[in-house]
Amino acid sequence: MLSFIARRLGLLIPTFFGVTLLTFALIRLIPGDPVEVMMGERRVDPEMHAEAMHRLGLDKPLPAQYLDYITKLAQGDLGESLRTREGVWEEFLTLFPATLELSLAALLFAGTLGVIAGVIAALKRGSLFDHGVMGVSLAGYSMPIFWWGLLLIMFFSVYLGWTPVSGRIDLLYDIEPKTGFMLIDTLLSEEEGAFKDALMHLILPAIVLGTIPLAVIARMTRSAMLEVLREDYIRTARAKGLSPARVVFVHGLRNALIPVLTVFGLQVGTLLAGAVLTETIFSWPGIGKWLIEAIGARDYPVVQNGILLIACLVILVNFVVDILYGLVNPRIRHQR
Amino acid sequence: MSLLDIRNLSVRFGAPDAIPVVDGLDLSVDKGEVLAIVGESGSGKSVTMMALMGLIDAPGIVRADSLRFDGHDMLTLKGRQRRKVVGKDLAMVFQDPMTALNPSYTVGFQIEEVLRQHLGIKGKAARVRALQLLERVEIPGAASRLDAYPHQLSGGMSQRVAIAMAIAAEPKLLIADEPTTALDVTIQAQIMDLLLDLQRSEGMGLVLITHDLAVVAETAQHVCVMYAGQAVEIGSVPTLFDAPTHPYTEALLKAIPEHSLGAERLATLPGIVPGRYDRPVGCLLSPRCPYAQPHCREQRPALEPHVRGAVRCFYPLNLTAEVA
Repeated sequence: MLSFIARRLGLLIPTFFGVTLLTFALIRLIPGDPVEVMMGERRVDPEMHAEAMHRLGLDKPLPAQYLDYITKLAQGDLGESLRTREGVWEEFLTLFPATLELSLAALLFAGTLGVIAGVIAALKRGSLFDHGVMGVSLAGYSMPIFWWGLLLIMFFSVYLGWTPVSGRIDLLYDIEPKTGFMLIDTLLSEEEGAFKDALMHLILPAIVLGTIPLAVIARMTRSAMLEVLREDYIRTARAKGLSPARVVFVHGLRNALIPVLTVFGLQVGTLLAGAVLTETIFSWPGIGKWLIEAIGARDYPVVQNGILLIACLVILVNFVVDILYGLVNPRIRHQR
Repeated sequence: MSLLDIRNLSVRFGAPDAIPVVDGLDLSVDKGEVLAIVGESGSGKSVTMMALMGLIDAPGIVRADSLRFDGHDMLTLKGRQRRKVVGKDLAMVFQDPMTALNPSYTVGFQIEEVLRQHLGIKGKAARVRALQLLERVEIPGAASRLDAYPHQLSGGMSQRVAIAMAIAAEPKLLIADEPTTALDVTIQAQIMDLLLDLQRSEGMGLVLITHDLAVVAETAQHVCVMYAGQAVEIGSVPTLFDAPTHPYTEALLKAIPEHSLGAERLATLPGIVPGRYDRPVGCLLSPRCPYAQPHCREQRPALEPHVRGAVRCFYPLNLTAEVA
């Protein structure tokens, strides 16, 4: 197990460099530079422009710039935003809980509903429910997030008026950010109605963000469950006189969850990518919205290091999933 | 009254008029008796026992005039009532032990599950009992095996665990479906010895599904020979071996390699079991039977009782033979 962890950690180093190189190159491929964007519509005085670029160290040749970047990174310095002069790490920390809250809500929605729907579809294979779930999940998987989000806003927020259109909480409430999780902070604040308001704000974006993972998890659970239910040990469990629920959930689902868990881990990457779109649609003040704005402003440090932090996060989650995998599947755990 | 009584059992898959996989089968097993069911692959041996256990799912259709076990009507027994019998008084050991155990749970968990379900034994008491069971099935280092996962066990060891699970609730009838087929030859004998030892010491009935006629000769009191879903001969050991009355039984006995010592080739029965589309109108064995008459190809014989058992043949062999 230890050597397994060491090997996985060793793989992180090339991944890490790949990500820095990619973000560094990609953001510079976009026309324009930070100084131009800051100057806005006004004509830029070439001398002022050159001076500003020099001050930011952006006049050096690209390899030298990259070396500067990596050197600072190696010292643990993530730089500061060109727009706000705030440290990238500090900004990330303030905004990340919002994204995490949204992602967790989306995963909770996708995981519970997906596994339940998948199991029922597998048990009632070929039924109307099965075909319905599979059809809907295919549609959900193919749905462009931004369009789906707008559709839900139009129906639930505008037409029915059930949920708010955007943001995390109504401006009426002044919530002190203790944990950064709005649901928890509103509970702690003891302001009447604040928790419900935060919850109502969370529901739509969580559904939008969770739709694709939900579709993937439901389909995966169904096929894994169908496969497991054909196994000999399911027959053994039935021959032991166990109840159908015990056979399905204790003996079946436990084994079917192994591939589902892998998919779950892979979905975290999709989820963070989806968060960028979802947060923009719902004006959710998280890192997705932050990154989009940074790209618009050619805020090089924020884009480079923000994406790097997200990449690390995805790698970390997959790492945790690998370890969980070992916990669920004893055959992996005992491999030396 | 016998422990298990099956009358006119048929099992079909698909439409109610589909060709039956098991066709008009009669069987009975007494308390503490060993019954062997023999026949080639696809003759319906396993399906018969699966039907008894209630393991035949749709589109499978099980019909019988009577399917009685220990006073229960297994045809109509449903849900909770059935689960009080299946796994407790009626237990089964399957063919491939490597896939019959759940890979995600320890050996101890899987045995204790039976104890909790049927005997209400939980916690430490269940663990102690599980250990006793592992010792009973002669697993070396039983204490250290309780927390082992199935993938850490060999095939023979897994089969011992499966047997421990099956006998955990002290069944009145144990069904062993080719329990040694997937194992090494050296292990096969050990597992058979273990099963017979358990059968004798616990006084269980045992239904042994097997290909191995040598095993049958050594262990069983009664034999049911199946062919293409039908019982073709029912008799007792050893008379069935000395004087088989059905041509198919005779052919099976001739095919034992020891009977062909000194011969150039093994004796075989040419042809294969009839399939779905080439099922004969008459006796199912008639295309392969060396004794078949024109009459046999037109009419299907019934299972008729005779002095030493029952046979499904118009022209039974050895009926008048003197048997010790």
